[in-house]
Amino acid sequence: MSSLDGELTGDLAGDGLPPPHAHGRASFWREARWPARMAAVVTCALALIAILSPWVTPHDPNAVDLAIRLQPADAVYWLGTDHLGRDILSRLMAGAAVSLGSVAVAMALILTAGIIIGGTAGFLGGRVDQAIMRVADVFLTFPTIVMALFMVGALGVGLTNVIIAIAVTHWAWYARMVRGIVLSLRRRDFIAASRLAGASPAQTFVRHLLPATMAQLLVLATLDIGHIMLHVSGLSFLGLGVTAPTAEWGVMIADAREYVWTEPLLMFWPGLALFISVMALNTLGDALRDRLDPSLRAEHGH
Amino acid sequence: MSALARRNQGVESRRRTDWTMARFILRRLLLLPVMLLAASVVIFLMLRLGPSDPALDYLRLSRVPPTPQALDEARRALGLDLPLIAQYADWLWKALRLDFGQSYVTSRPVLPDLLHYLPATLQLAGAALVITLAVSVPLGVWAARYRDGLPDQIVRLIAAVGVSMPNFWLGFLLALLFSVHLGWLPAMGRDGWSSLIMPAAAISFMTLSINARLLRASMLEAAGQRHVAWARLRGLSPRTVERSHVLRNALLPVITATGMYVGELIGGALVIESIFGWPGVGRYAVSAIFNRDYPVIQCFTLLMVAIFVICNLIVDIIYAWADPRVRLAAEGAS
Repeated sequence: MSSLDGELTGDLAGDGLPPPHAHGRASFWREARWPARMAAVVTCALALIAILSPWVTPHDPNAVDLAIRLQPADAVYWLGTDHLGRDILSRLMAGAAVSLGSVAVAMALILTAGIIIGGTAGFLGGRVDQAIMRVADVFLTFPTIVMALFMVGALGVGLTNVIIAIAVTHWAWYARMVRGIVLSLRRRDFIAASRLAGASPAQTFVRHLLPATMAQLLVLATLDIGHIMLHVSGLSFLGLGVTAPTAEWGVMIADAREYVWTEPLLMFWPGLALFISVMALNTLGDALRDRLDPSLRAEHGH
Repeated sequence: MSALARRNQGVESRRRTDWTMARFILRRLLLLPVMLLAASVVIFLMLRLGPSDPALDYLRLSRVPPTPQALDEARRALGLDLPLIAQYADWLWKALRLDFGQSYVTSRPVLPDLLHYLPATLQLAGAALVITLAVSVPLGVWAARYRDGLPDQIVRLIAAVGVSMPNFWLGFLLALLFSVHLGWLPAMGRDGWSSLIMPAAAISFMTLSINARLLRASMLEAAGQRHVAWARLRGLSPRTVERSHVLRNALLPVITATGMYVGELIGGALVIESIFGWPGVGRYAVSAIFNRDYPVIQCFTLLMVAIFVICNLIVDIIYAWADPRVRLAAEGAS
């Protein structure tokens, strides 16, 4: 890890920034500016709501009651009710679980694939590396939405397939990053020492190379989660992801379409929830990047 | 070397450059069919090896009860009883004559239908591209000029909002504001340029945000280079330096990025179309995906690949034209 630290801080030379690893992890909060702090608070609150939503929603998010449809906000239904008389606030909270849950699963898949594929390419090198990276190049250059639409077309409609489609369209960025780091480290003495001490390639990779990739992977993942959330909701909005009765923000916006001129607040709230979540995650990602990896300034294109 | 000889050499080199550019373009154009062929193999395999049976979908969409006999007939009619290679060869043979099969739903030929809807989508994506460039370049220049000042903060805020805003939600908000409350723009349909503004703006907000930030960063990087310091030392005005020495270099990464946004813009158009009742290819494609109408999905994806590859070719040509280093490298290689 220490050798990587040296490389990262080396990139900083002359940039006038303090070396990012000079302090412990706890000082992220102390050093962060207010947008980053707020983003951290919002993200934590969101995660908490998502985890607790089965128990703490004020009403049943799926209870249909046509007698109270399209109610304005009041003391009982804080944000009003939708076209089927369901409580909007409860549905927003339940939707947080679906959105964050699906994004978390997608991200877990992406990280696993990226680490395994990128690690293999970097560690083995040679022809394997060439072959893997040519395939990755195709995935890197391709527009994610079109590819995700095609994947859903091939696999069928539904949240599971949307998650798979998202994973298939995003892994290459992570594989490329892991490969690059592994490639830069695999000739170092400590890797040879580990192998000489009897560790298998897999053990060496997990113990000595994987930790070096963690900082950059964390940054890339945090920056990407917002995009992925927008993708999942966008596909659900089109009716290709999460389907009708389930509370999900994209579905809620799609549901509200018929009432957009008469009851604009119906589509306003889920969109606002989505916007705030994505903004918080992006801000957090930016702050993490500035702290952990200032060399990762280049935007990546999707 | 005399001045005349030097000028002749310049003319000579420009001629050679034109020639290498032509070769570069030709080589890329020849590569295009190869890429499309590769893409078509992948698309074909993915659809055939996917979890569902096209014959079943065909029967479902034709509203025929899936008895074993009907399934057999459908398989034979669709050629699904042949080995995969034969199926692909058959598809390719027809595709070469621009026959991409018939929709399972409408029984109409796929390609003419797609080409009927496509221009509207491309128009929308093109308008979004124009907005992206027209707004992001001034924003990026403005932010870089007043680095860490108020303009920089404002642009940073706009960009942060832009990359976090769901484009379909933004579309609704724009329609509410400009159609319902102000009544300035039509909310639905494709009727003159005024109906183009809102959907194109909704699509371009994200790309112009990314572009503005990218341009700001690359302006600052370019401003730190030696030739810029030299230009300043020569006493050129700050605006001249900015325009002819900083911006020109800073635009190169933006050109590359634009190539990547083309896909994003078309994807955005596919989503936004449904909000503004824009008669593009998006709704047709989404309903095909929903119904698993394979011939449509296949042709649609291939069409998108072709557009994307062609747009990137155009971007590469513009890049090579804008960056003398690429031209010289191409010359050195030949």
